[in-house]
Amino acid sequence: MKLKTFQRGIHPAYHKELSNNSAVERAAIPKTVVIPLRQHIGAPCEPLVKRSDIVEEGQKIGDVQSFVTAPVHSSVAGKVKSVDMLPFPGGGKVQAVVIETAEDYVPKDWEAEGPIVDVDALTPEEIRYTVRSAGIIGMGGAAFPTSVKISPPKGAVVDTLLINGCECEPYLSSDHRQMVENADKLVLGIKALMQAVGAKNPLIGIEDNKMDAVKAVREAAKRLLPELKIVELETKYPQGAEKMLIKAALDRTVPIGKLPFEVGVVVNNVGTAVSIYEALAFKKPLIERIVTVSGNGIKTPKNLMVRIGTTFEALIEECGGLKTDHKEMVVINGGPMMGITQPRLDVPAVKGTSGITCLTADTVKPADYFGCIRCASCVDACPMRLMPLKLGDMGRLSITEEFNNFNGMSCMECGCCSFVCPSKRPLVQWIRLAKIKLRDEERAKHA
Amino acid sequence: MAEEVKNDGFLADKDGAGLIVSSSPHLFNTESIPKIMHTVVMALIPAMIAAIYYFRLDAVVLLVTCIVTSLITEFIFQKARKQPVTVYDGSAIITGILLALMLPPSFPIYGAIIGSVFAIGVGKQIFGGLGYNIFNPALLGRAFLQATYPVMITTWHEPATKGVDVVSAATPLALMKFEGISTGWGSLLIGNTSGSMGETCAIAILIGGLYLFYKGYIDLRMPLGYLGSIAVFGLLFWLGGDGKYPDPVFHILAGGAMLGAWFMITDMVTSPVTPKGQWIFVIVAGFLVVAIRNLGGLPEGVMYSILLMNAAVPLINRWTRPKVFGEQPKKNGKEKG
Repeated sequence: MKLKTFQRGIHPAYHKELSNNSAVERAAIPKTVVIPLRQHIGAPCEPLVKRSDIVEEGQKIGDVQSFVTAPVHSSVAGKVKSVDMLPFPGGGKVQAVVIETAEDYVPKDWEAEGPIVDVDALTPEEIRYTVRSAGIIGMGGAAFPTSVKISPPKGAVVDTLLINGCECEPYLSSDHRQMVENADKLVLGIKALMQAVGAKNPLIGIEDNKMDAVKAVREAAKRLLPELKIVELETKYPQGAEKMLIKAALDRTVPIGKLPFEVGVVVNNVGTAVSIYEALAFKKPLIERIVTVSGNGIKTPKNLMVRIGTTFEALIEECGGLKTDHKEMVVINGGPMMGITQPRLDVPAVKGTSGITCLTADTVKPADYFGCIRCASCVDACPMRLMPLKLGDMGRLSITEEFNNFNGMSCMECGCCSFVCPSKRPLVQWIRLAKIKLRDEERAKHA
Repeated sequence: MAEEVKNDGFLADKDGAGLIVSSSPHLFNTESIPKIMHTVVMALIPAMIAAIYYFRLDAVVLLVTCIVTSLITEFIFQKARKQPVTVYDGSAIITGILLALMLPPSFPIYGAIIGSVFAIGVGKQIFGGLGYNIFNPALLGRAFLQATYPVMITTWHEPATKGVDVVSAATPLALMKFEGISTGWGSLLIGNTSGSMGETCAIAILIGGLYLFYKGYIDLRMPLGYLGSIAVFGLLFWLGGDGKYPDPVFHILAGGAMLGAWFMITDMVTSPVTPKGQWIFVIVAGFLVVAIRNLGGLPEGVMYSILLMNAAVPLINRWTRPKVFGEQPKKNGKEKG
């Protein structure tokens, strides 16, 4: 039987075998944690603590009055060392709370007494409220506040809840382990999400390179949520992109510039669903997550359960360290296709850090680039059906008006075009330049 | 704007930990321009062997002349334009080989040199080098020679396999056009006829073309669409022509149709980028071949059919832009969910 998928896209080497069979290990509790006050898309939080304050594990340390935002919590118990502008793995600097872990700190067991709340009895408003106060955001990497994502606008009818178990980025396996090890919590989280958005039709899309995850979820669903439909998908990148997943699993097309609500769908990542269940049942805020540390540049690839705010340096140490000198390495927040390379390792793992990919320079550094030979490989690969060869040149030459006419703003920067280009042209980079330029121009027009 | 070849994606953060920083994606497949070009050169080997088998030393001399001249011209132009020298990428070799294969075996060496200089210099480098040329360089070189040496380029002789003496002889297409004599399919297939060195043996070209398909560098829609279009329009003329026009199989096997279909129509630089555009390109080009051969003053139309369509590529690309994912129909109707 031919498996479902979307059109175009690419088949990179996934290298999942480096880490996908390693059970999640708890990372050591760090001596200090760095907790940025903006780990999400939306309004940055304001600090609720100051220097020398004593904080508990799970205590809210940042929040703001705004719809699109998510509060942040302390991931350890200890003393606030400083509140300062510090490097952020998503780029630039962000105000962050630095907490020194107390010497007598013993991690709290949130689940010691079993579920303390009857999740089935909660109303949609109660679920949304808890999701917001637990600081839950999209954990697949997009980092969009989940409370917003599960608040359908007036008039929108959501019939389907689609759970994203694709994890299409090479190297990453945190979602994979989540599905294998926490299938029960995942399915209960899906049930709660259905209550929240009023969807009758729950689906989970999983790529066929994770058959053990399919089996685990199917087994859990049989007991806890028989109507959950498990859709096996052909392994292809970028299937985890929301619009591509909706196309692959449901054959629905989200119009340009619109949200999945438009076609009656809400999409959430598997890690997000698990965190939602933990927040609802155990009142546990989002203070830890699974981070895959992998790549050909790390000694022992692992899946680690990490306290938010643990530095990359500490996690890399925990995995045996880097194989070669810094000058020969890239360290990426996320996977190699869309992740961001880090100039320094004192940045913290945040809620959106699904993985840390360490690659040696010889595998990533492309040769110098050639002229475009119009081979059309990029046109055949672009899942958004754009013409990257043209968009790239328009970006390179700053022709923003034409870039807009060619729907350049629809580009999601998945990187398929740069991946396939035989001339090794940095197409995505040029497209990004054009997008920035175009936004600046728009802003100037309205100013 | 000059093509900057130094990759500007890598920066070192001055207060960072010395790690390499670059823009995503950080993974690439193993394709490269030299790899593609060298595969095409490999695919041309059967046609070169056939040329040398039928036309012996003449073929060797012309091939060597065209390849060497093409490489030297590319080198000189890139030096003069202060561009990085990319002679090693294999594209100039292809132009040289294709031009040689399109020449009559008795063509003089100085003519081959002039044609190669024109093909690379005017056909490719003046436009900005690889990727920026509008016309297929080899075909442009050949068109230039057709204009400057109209007699020499239409003087043919029988292949060496037919006898020791070199006898001048008309090509199957010219025989058909001017004397109404058809050549058997068998001779056309194995190439035991007079004609341009590399075009006579249809089988050798087909082997090379299928190798390119096997390697994944060409889509069958281009060559088969072109040959199919030639066959369909050839058939229409044949059926309606009362014996005046050749049959469709003859059209496909004779002259440059095979070489054009597998190695020139498929030139990535000078063909459309969208599947729909490629269909338009090959169907119109196929029609032009039959129209020129049957109705025009020339016996052969492959070269002009492709050059004319090359000129139309930017327009075709514009017309056939793919519909962006999620793009709404122009009218207010909601797209099907």
